[in-house]
Amino acid sequence: MRFFHYASPSTFYHLAGKAIPWTAWTAGILAVLGLYIGFFVAPTDFQQGEAYRIIFIHVPAAWMGMLIYLVMAFWGAVGLAFNARLPFMMMRALAPTGAILTFVSLWTGAVWGKPMWGTWWVWDARLTSTLILLFLYIGTLALWSAIDDVKRSDRAGALLTLIGVVNVPIILFSVVWWNTLHQGSTVGVSHAPKMAATMLQGLLLMTAAAWAYAIAATLVRVRRIILERERKTEWVNEILRKGS
Amino acid sequence: MEWASWSEFWSMGGRGFFVWSAYGVTAICVLTEIVWLRRSVRQSRSRLVRMQQWDPSQEGSES
Repeated sequence: MRFFHYASPSTFYHLAGKAIPWTAWTAGILAVLGLYIGFFVAPTDFQQGEAYRIIFIHVPAAWMGMLIYLVMAFWGAVGLAFNARLPFMMMRALAPTGAILTFVSLWTGAVWGKPMWGTWWVWDARLTSTLILLFLYIGTLALWSAIDDVKRSDRAGALLTLIGVVNVPIILFSVVWWNTLHQGSTVGVSHAPKMAATMLQGLLLMTAAAWAYAIAATLVRVRRIILERERKTEWVNEILRKGS
Repeated sequence: MEWASWSEFWSMGGRGFFVWSAYGVTAICVLTEIVWLRRSVRQSRSRLVRMQQWDPSQEGSES
């Protein structure tokens, strides 16, 4: 079956290698376009002045932080269900980028909160659940490095991620369920975006750039993990012989 | 164009510190990750090559 063909680490290694330059360049080009629109085309916000321009990194980073966690949970479930190697490697490759983007969303939120709310931080539901997401990422990374046996380590990480995934809907709906200082969603499926068209264009371009960046970084990392784990196979030996 | 001058652009309507610290820290995070990724791939490869040279007879598919 095609699916299992691509699920073999050696096929995926080569496929990922071909995809990396494309995704990396896509990320760079989209980010340049998005920043240009964000800073030079999008108008000043009538309520927030220029400080709102933080949105062009804050929202994409926050979305990616949650999405990457969901994708990790997906690969963890697949890995546990099928006892396959590649899904666990994908999990490990995703986690650092997810953690970094979650940190970026918290940081940009803090420097946006200060001029708008008058405070860097409040313990409201949205901010607290996002901080918990960051701790879940760090906890999973720590768990992996604490267990030497690769198989047990993979399974423990997958289990922790599957438990932690309940936090993602809490983050998403926190602004609906609780009365938070954080505003409700500006862009959603149920209503028209509450922002100028050029602001939305900049935001969507930056979101696409964040996707492409996360994919590129994950593929680079998963290739390294594949080489490490498959080092005793003939195809890896061949790659190392040719590469050195 | 939204800005009358570059100094107006950098001041971001008096919110320059907040806007640029958001973008600056993000840039540092992304660049650090890229440098770190490149270095770890290089180190990992050279370590594996050294292991291979040390024990050229290794074979099998156990992982």
